[in-house]
Amino acid sequence: MSPTSLTALYQQLILEHYRHPHNKSELPDVGLQSSACNPVCGDEVTVQLRVQEDRILQANFTGHGCSISQASVSMMTEVLDGCTFDEAESLAQRFEAMMMGDEKAAQDPSLGDLTALQGVSRFSVRVPCALLGFRALRGAIASAQDRDDLEGAVH
Amino acid sequence: MPKAHTPLDVTAVRKDFPILEQVIGDKPLVYLDNAATGQKPEAVIQAIDNYYRTSNANVHRGIHELGRRATEAYEGARERMARFINADSAEVIWTRGTSESINLVAASWGLANLREGDEIVLTTMEHHSNLVPWQLIAERTGAVLRYVGMDDQERLRMEELEEVLNEKTRIASIVHISNALGTINPVEEIARMVHQVGALLMVDGAQAAPHIKVDVRALGADFYALSGHKMFGPTGIGVLWGRRELLDAMPPYQGGGEMIRVVKKEGSTFADVPHKFEAGTPNIAGTVGIAAATDYLDDLGFAALATHEHEVVKYAVERLGEIPGVRIFGPRDHMERAGVVSFLVDGAHAHDISTILDSEGIAIRAGHHCAQLVMDHCGTSATARASFAFYNTLEEVDRLVAAIQSVKRIFA
Repeated sequence: MSPTSLTALYQQLILEHYRHPHNKSELPDVGLQSSACNPVCGDEVTVQLRVQEDRILQANFTGHGCSISQASVSMMTEVLDGCTFDEAESLAQRFEAMMMGDEKAAQDPSLGDLTALQGVSRFSVRVPCALLGFRALRGAIASAQDRDDLEGAVH
Repeated sequence: MPKAHTPLDVTAVRKDFPILEQVIGDKPLVYLDNAATGQKPEAVIQAIDNYYRTSNANVHRGIHELGRRATEAYEGARERMARFINADSAEVIWTRGTSESINLVAASWGLANLREGDEIVLTTMEHHSNLVPWQLIAERTGAVLRYVGMDDQERLRMEELEEVLNEKTRIASIVHISNALGTINPVEEIARMVHQVGALLMVDGAQAAPHIKVDVRALGADFYALSGHKMFGPTGIGVLWGRRELLDAMPPYQGGGEMIRVVKKEGSTFADVPHKFEAGTPNIAGTVGIAAATDYLDDLGFAALATHEHEVVKYAVERLGEIPGVRIFGPRDHMERAGVVSFLVDGAHAHDISTILDSEGIAIRAGHHCAQLVMDHCGTSATARASFAFYNTLEEVDRLVAAIQSVKRIFA
């Protein structure tokens, strides 16, 4: 591992989000919420979504962990504003592709600040850190779909 | 007066460990993750290699030369381990490691002896492997778990142990040396206290075996567990030692070949200890490897290796302690600590510390170290842990300290 890849990993933007996370507070009127943890290191995040039907109006998070997991979830909450569930899922997939080393995915402007995490793909043991927020996001969206299924079954 | 001994020649000793000669990236490897697993000396690697090349067969079965050699190697290793921990060889049960040893006692002794309302005493210093087996058995039997906490230097609160122990206590299961902190617990004293209320003491010795001479009789425990791979032997082999009369009275843990006397349709009778607890074809090569590790350690001498380790650990605590923003956990007196320095750097998560150190060729562990109750006590979810063995040097501590400065530059 060269110092260059370490610099690529710890970009200023990542350290900024780590030190001053965006949207890190509990939402008062939370619609959906889900937590994810990495049992290996103990990192935990809870993602909360305020939604209108299948559109995300506001995404917030709480939790603790390393710079990569915390910066990633902070950046994620920013790009989710106004996304439908389907759009959020495709963001998640593009981000995963970037973590698998897909250079083209890393060019996608819809990933916003998340593209700063491209360097993580070269540190395979840290990839789960970067994906933690998206795991919680998927859980939150799935809980909405479970709820709709349940309501559908009642009617 | 301590017995005179030749000081450890670390340069020579390091040559016994081929893995340590490596370069990681462009930096010589500094291996400070010994509490996770120890590296293997040439003697251990060769013993395993030699076993497979010359003696491999199943044990206690074949009436042929290789079967005889394999059985001799397997039972010879047991006798060697018995000498290593000052036990009788019938009391040495081969397991997969410390976790299985504790699970064996929890399942076999626990199911046979624990009733609703009985109490099991644990501490917040335990590795998950000395918590979860007891939680599972408490759930099945209705026994109650009682915990002893730590003081502000992460040492056991002995007065709390005194309070927790009572006539309902059936067993206490306590770590000898903490994997997350390095704290050495006063096992002899704990054994006396536990026995005073008529309870048994099980000791998790996984981190003790690589650092200090374990004498199960002198310690006064009733059960003692250790792992081969922590003491420079192979993975997948460990020991449960228990007092003979306890082991004799305990029901089998797993059923299968090797552990029976006679099998009939209606049921079976079982072999005597230790074989009663060793169902199935065992890890024969593992026992050969762990026996070679005991030879290696005894040849070096625990007095010599402990003296060197204390010097290195003391130096690490001092040097890291000088860095502003570094917080070290565990006992301040280095004689109460073995092998481990767990720490945090202000503003940097343990995981990030580990990645930056890795880029300098330094292997440490970051995380909760399978000891989440320790993390709760320390008020964190993770620490960075540098853990040492006798082959580590003062120069390696200097490399660690220099790398922590890089962490501070990035996360300042």
